[in-house]
Amino acid sequence: MDKRVKNVAEAIEGIEDNMTLMLGGFGLCGIPENCIIALSESGISGLTCISNNAGVDNFGLGTLLQKKQIKKMISSYVGENDEFERQMLSGELEVDLIPQGSLAERCRAGGAGIPAFFTPAGYGTEVGEGKEVRDFNGKPHILEMALTADFAIVKAWKGDSAGNLVFKATARNFNPVMAMAGKITIAEVEEMVSLGELDPNEIHTPGIFVQRIFQGEKYEKRIEQRTTRQR
Amino acid sequence: MALDKNQIAKRIAQELEDGFYVNLGIGIPTLVANYIPEGLEIEFQSENGVLGMGPFPFEGEEDPDLINAGKQTITTLDGAAFFDSATSFAMIRGQHVQLTVLGAMEVSQNGDIANWKIPGKMVKGMGGAMDLVASAENIIVAMIHANKKGQSKLLKECTLPITGKNCIKKVVTDLAVIDITPNGFKLIERASGVSVEEIIAATDGDLIVEGEIPEMDV
Repeated sequence: MDKRVKNVAEAIEGIEDNMTLMLGGFGLCGIPENCIIALSESGISGLTCISNNAGVDNFGLGTLLQKKQIKKMISSYVGENDEFERQMLSGELEVDLIPQGSLAERCRAGGAGIPAFFTPAGYGTEVGEGKEVRDFNGKPHILEMALTADFAIVKAWKGDSAGNLVFKATARNFNPVMAMAGKITIAEVEEMVSLGELDPNEIHTPGIFVQRIFQGEKYEKRIEQRTTRQR
Repeated sequence: MALDKNQIAKRIAQELEDGFYVNLGIGIPTLVANYIPEGLEIEFQSENGVLGMGPFPFEGEEDPDLINAGKQTITTLDGAAFFDSATSFAMIRGQHVQLTVLGAMEVSQNGDIANWKIPGKMVKGMGGAMDLVASAENIIVAMIHANKKGQSKLLKECTLPITGKNCIKKVVTDLAVIDITPNGFKLIERASGVSVEEIIAATDGDLIVEGEIPEMDV
């Protein structure tokens, strides 16, 4: 099955105002840069974005925030973004902050056909308010619902025409679980390789979860905290 | 004298045991990695998807695809592994990680912790902290005893929105090592030259003091 699309424009075809998107990445690591730039240029608005973070002011999802294209963010951590904080505190932006592990599992569950699950994370806190509580092994847990999206947009290191993906280092993060949870999953890759080149033993995301794949034109891969040691 | 941040980290490192998988939070906890007692094999887990974290890279060798949960560039050691976020929190929620060290804005004497939100002021999110505190058996809080206004961070009850309930067992501050027992805060050790009276005065919650309190060895 050939899932390749020509370019980013073809990849994001069908994304419309008020849709729900999942976007992989942790901070600026492993984010689908090419699709984010294309979305920012498209002017599509009213988006609900499920992403662990919201980029920084002038990069990643931060660029969509600055153009007020996002109506609601579902994230676990949104520091490092002044415009985000301003829009949230002024009430312009709806924000659902959820524990990182619950966010990952809610995406995984959404892709795995599990509608909800119990977790201890957030019990007794604001996150647990209004949620069903049940004790297991003497410990209280809260019910968390699965998440799915109209489009999941992920970024991988290598991919093939069948949609098989291999991620690099910690740029893997949320990408595989979000790839599972999109009605349509778009994968942008640094390197598109020929079918058969990827070792089936070493594929992280099997192509069944991916509907569209293309090689990104350019990757800036900005570093948030450049930390080094002396030789 | 009150300990500095490195000494707090050094004291916490004394809690490490051979074969531990350890998750270190941002800030003082990160420094614990610098004081692993000789002869112990410890592996560091970072919730963004790496086991076997090594030191920061040499200048010019930074890899934007290789970071820790604080978004800092890192390296890996031989035997390291990468994984997705759901697998990472399976390790945490499933209690495969033996020790978690994290910072806090407030800790209460029943073991509640607040470290994610100051209503109306700072709302950055909880990241992985809620999952960590809800599941870890062995959590140590590393923090300065008082906040920037000089108010105690060890309270009868947390005033800020909490991150987790009844989950903290031990707190190491610049002044003291304090266990959280079913009866509340219990003083275990004190910083060199800091008196028990000074620690009682600096602690808003009730503090149990039994017998001689030894000085920390840092």
